[in-house]
Amino acid sequence: MKNKNVIQVENLSKLFGGFAAVNNISFYVKAGEIFGFLGANGAGKTTAMKILIGISSPTSGKVTVAGFDVYKETESIKKNIGYMSQKFALYDDLTVKENITFFGGIYGLSKKQIEQKQHELVGELGLQEVVNSLVGSLPLGWKQKLAFSVSLLHDPKIIFLDEPTGGVDPITRRQFWEMIYKAAHNGTTIFVTTHYMDEAEYCDRVSIMVNGKIEALDTPKKLKEHYKTNTMNDVFLKLARG
Amino acid sequence: MKRFVGFVRKEFYHIFRDKRSLFILFGMPIAQILLFGFAITNEINNVNIAILDQANDVTSKEIINKIAASKHFSIVDVIQKESSIESIFKKGKVKAVLQFENNFGSNLIKEKQAYVQVLTDATDPNMANTISNYISAILKKYQQELNKNTSKNYQIVPQSRMVYNAELKSVYMFVPGVMTVILMLVSAMMTSISITREKEQGSMEILLVSPLKPFQVIIGKVFPYIFLSVINAIVIVLLSIFIFNVPVNGSLLLLGIESVLFIITSLALGILISTISATQQTAMMISLMGLMLPTILLSGFIFPISSMPLPLKVISNIIPAKWFIIIVKGIMLKGIGIGFIFKETAILVLMALLFIGISVKKYKIRLE
Amino acid sequence: MNIIFYIIRKEFKQIFRNKGMLPIIFILPVLQLVILSNAATYEIKNIQFGYVDADNSSTSRGLIAQFEASSFFNVSEKFSSEKEASQAMQEGTVDAYLNIPVHFERDLQKNKTNTIGVFVDAIDGAVAGVINVYITQIIQKYNKTIATDLIQISDTIQQPNSIDSIPLFWYNQTLNYKTFMVPGILVLLVTMITLFLSGMNIVKEKEIGTLEQINVTPIKKHQFIIGKLFPFWVLGMGLLTIGLILAKVIFNVPLLGNLALLYAYTSVYILVILGMGLFISNFTDTQQQAMFIAWFFVVIFILMSGLFTPIESMPKWAKTLTEFNPIKYFVEIIRMVMLKGSGFADILPLAIKTLAYAIVMNGLAVWSYKKTS
Repeated sequence: MKNKNVIQVENLSKLFGGFAAVNNISFYVKAGEIFGFLGANGAGKTTAMKILIGISSPTSGKVTVAGFDVYKETESIKKNIGYMSQKFALYDDLTVKENITFFGGIYGLSKKQIEQKQHELVGELGLQEVVNSLVGSLPLGWKQKLAFSVSLLHDPKIIFLDEPTGGVDPITRRQFWEMIYKAAHNGTTIFVTTHYMDEAEYCDRVSIMVNGKIEALDTPKKLKEHYKTNTMNDVFLKLARG
Repeated sequence: MKRFVGFVRKEFYHIFRDKRSLFILFGMPIAQILLFGFAITNEINNVNIAILDQANDVTSKEIINKIAASKHFSIVDVIQKESSIESIFKKGKVKAVLQFENNFGSNLIKEKQAYVQVLTDATDPNMANTISNYISAILKKYQQELNKNTSKNYQIVPQSRMVYNAELKSVYMFVPGVMTVILMLVSAMMTSISITREKEQGSMEILLVSPLKPFQVIIGKVFPYIFLSVINAIVIVLLSIFIFNVPVNGSLLLLGIESVLFIITSLALGILISTISATQQTAMMISLMGLMLPTILLSGFIFPISSMPLPLKVISNIIPAKWFIIIVKGIMLKGIGIGFIFKETAILVLMALLFIGISVKKYKIRLE
Repeated sequence: MNIIFYIIRKEFKQIFRNKGMLPIIFILPVLQLVILSNAATYEIKNIQFGYVDADNSSTSRGLIAQFEASSFFNVSEKFSSEKEASQAMQEGTVDAYLNIPVHFERDLQKNKTNTIGVFVDAIDGAVAGVINVYITQIIQKYNKTIATDLIQISDTIQQPNSIDSIPLFWYNQTLNYKTFMVPGILVLLVTMITLFLSGMNIVKEKEIGTLEQINVTPIKKHQFIIGKLFPFWVLGMGLLTIGLILAKVIFNVPLLGNLALLYAYTSVYILVILGMGLFISNFTDTQQQAMFIAWFFVVIFILMSGLFTPIESMPKWAKTLTEFNPIKYFVEIIRMVMLKGSGFADILPLAIKTLAYAIVMNGLAVWSYKKTS
C-alpha cells in the first residue's frame, strides 16, 4: 500500500549554535495537496524548507520527502522535486529560451523533450514575442511565471515555492495561483511558503509557524472556526499575539 | 549637514559589519609588508654556481676558496667537462659556471696573464650581470693581493660612501614602494567596489534622488575609507620603523599629510573607476587588472624609471604612485622638507581634484 | 556528460555577452603585456653624475674625462663645493658625485696612492651597488693609464699579474631584459585573469541566488564544477596562445623548447589556479570578499615569484613559502622551456610538484563545495 504522504516530518529541529530556528516540528503533506507553510518573517519557514529541499541538513528529527530520507538520499529527493526561490532565480543574462534549455538539460531531459516543453511553456505563458529576449529585460510578473514553469519542466512530484508572489501586482498574483491550481490538478503536490495571509485561503491545508514551532495546522476553514475569525489574517494575528 | 552625517554613519556600519572584508583590509597590508620586508631583496645571496677547474693548481684553488667564502655564492657542483655545462643550465641547477683554463697557474707565472671564464645563465640578465661583476671584483681583489709586492702602480683608491643607506639595505627601497602600492590598490579598489555595489543593488538611485547633493554622496561614501586607509598607512609606517628600522629622517607630520593626500587621490581614482563600471565585477577587474601591474611596474618601485624607454617614462607620470614614492623616499630616507617635494605634492593635489571633478560631472550627467 | 555540456554552453554565452568585461579579459592583458614589458629593465643607464674638483689638475681632469666618455654616466654638473653636491643629491638631480680634494695630483705623485671621495645615492641599494661597481671600474682602468704616464725611471719595471674574467652570457647574449620579463609577465596575466574570473564567478551565482537553484537540482558536484571551470581553462589557454604569439612577433623572444611541452604544463597549471578560485569562492559570500582574498594572494604570489627579485636571495623560510606559490613554478618553467630549451626531464621535478598541487587544491575545493550545508 503506497504511502500517500509525500512529505513526512517528525520532530524536526535545526539549531544554529544555541538558537533553535526550527524547534521540534512535525507534520505531513499528502500527495496532490496544496500545502501552505505560513509564518512571519524569521519564524523558521525558510530554514525548514531548505531542509526539505535537501540543501540544509537537520540537527535532529526524521524527515522523508518523496519517500527519500533527507539525511542520506538528498540527491534522489532532488530528482523528484522542483523549486522556485524567493529571488526567482533565473539567469538575467540568458534569454527565455536559453534558460529553459539550460534547466531542462540539467534535469536530464532529452533535446526533444526540452523542445516540446519549451513550446508548451511559451504558448501557455504567451511569451512568444520575448522568447529570445534576455530574462533581465522582462517585467517582474513574467519572470515569476517563467520561474514557476521552469521549476515544473521535469514533471516533479512536488514543487516548493518560497514566497513566490513577492513584489507582484494583485492581478498577476491571481493568475499565478491559477497556474498553481492547474499544477495541483495534474497531481503535483504544492508546498508553498508565504506571508500573504489571504493566499492561505487558497491552500488545502496550512501550517503556521511562530518562533520555530508549529502553532496551528489544519484546513483554512477549520482554523477560522477554531479561532472564531473570518479571515486567515485574523487567525494569524491571534496566534502571533500569543 | 545632519543628513550627511547620518549617511556617513551608515557607510561606517556597512564596512564594520563585514568582518571578513575588514580582516582582509587590515590584515593584508600588514602581512604583505612583513613578508616583503623580510623576503624581497635585490641583493645576490647564496647564488648556486658550479666550478669547472681544468687547471687544478694552487692558484685556481685559492681563487675558488675566495669565491666559496663569499656570501654571494654557493658552490653546489663541481663538473669535469665542458659538455656538462649545458645540462646543468637546462636543469636550472646553477646560475653560473666558473671555468679555469688548462694552464691557469702556469700562464699566470709565465705570461703574467690568465683568464677565468664566467659562463652565466643570462636568461635573467640582471642576475648574470651582477654575478659577473661580483666575480670580477673578487678576482681583482685577489689580483691586488698578488701584486702587493711588485712596485705599486699609481693607485687612485675610491672611498665610497653610500648616502642615505650605508648598508645598502633593500628594505629602504622596497618598504616605501610596497606601502605605496598597497595603499593605492586597497583604496582604489575599496571605493570602486563600494560605489558600484550601491549601483547594482539599486540604492544609488535612491541616494541621488535624496536631498543630498551628488558631491555629498560621493564624499560620504569615501570618508570611511579615508579613515581606514589612514589607519593602514600608520600601521605600515610603524612596522617600517620598528621592525625594519627604516629611518624617518624628515618630518613625520609632513609624511602624514602627504599620505592622506595620496590616499585621497587613490580613493578618487576608485570613484572614477566606479563611474565607468556598470557592475561590481567590472569595477574590481579594472582596479585589479588595470591598476596593479602598471602601478608595480611603472611607479619606480622595482624598476628605475630613468632606465625606461621614453614613452614609458611619459606614461609613468600619470601613475599617482610614482609621485608618492618620490615623496615617501624623500621624507623618510633623505629627510627633505616640503620645499623639495613641492612639485610632486602639487601634482598629486591636481590629480585628486581632476579625478573628483570628472566623477562628480559624470554623476551630474546621470541626474539629467 | 551531457549535463556538463549544458553548463559549459551557458558559461560561454554569459562570458561573451558581458560586454563590459570582454575588453578587460582580452584587450587589457594584451595591452599590458605589450606596453609594460618595456618597463622592465635593471639596466642602469643615464646615471646623473656630478663632481667637485678642487684640484683642477691634468690627472683630475683626465679622470673626469673618463666619466664623460662613458655611456653609463651623464656628467651633468661641476659643483663648487661638497655642500652644493650634497644638496643636489637631496634634490635628486644627481645620483652620484665625486669629490676630488685639493692637491690631489701632487699627493698622488708623492705617495703613489691617494683617495677620492665617491658618493652614491643608495636609496635603491642594488642600483647603488652597480653604480659603485661602474665607478670603481672606470677608476681602476684609469689607474692603469696614469701608471704609464706618471711612471718615473727610478721605479723598477716589474709587470704586475693580471687576472681577468671573461664573461660569457648564455641564452641571452645581448642581456635583453625583455626576453626575461615578457614570459614572466605573460604568466602573471594568465594567472590573474583565470583566478579572478573563476573566483568571482561562483560567488556571483551565490549572490544572485542561482547557485541555490542549482543545488536543488540532482546535478552532481563534479558535473557542476567541471562545467563551471572548463570555460576559464579555455580562456587561460587562449590568453597563453595570444601572449606567445605577441612575445614572438613583437619582442622576438626565442622559443627554443618544445611548444607542446609548454602547453601541457600550462594546462595543469591553470587547474591549480582554477582550484584556488573555486576554493576561495566556497568560503566567501560576496564578490567583494572573494576579490579581496584573491587579490591578497595574487600580490604575495607576484612579488614572491622570482619574477622581479631572485628567489635565491630570499631567506630560507621565505624560500620554503615559495614552494606553495604556483606562479613561481610557471615563471621558472616558461623561462626554462622558452629561453633555454629545457626538455621534459629537466622540468620534471617542478612539473610533478605542480601536478601534486593541482590534485590537492582541486580536491580541497571540490570537497569544500557542499550542495547540502
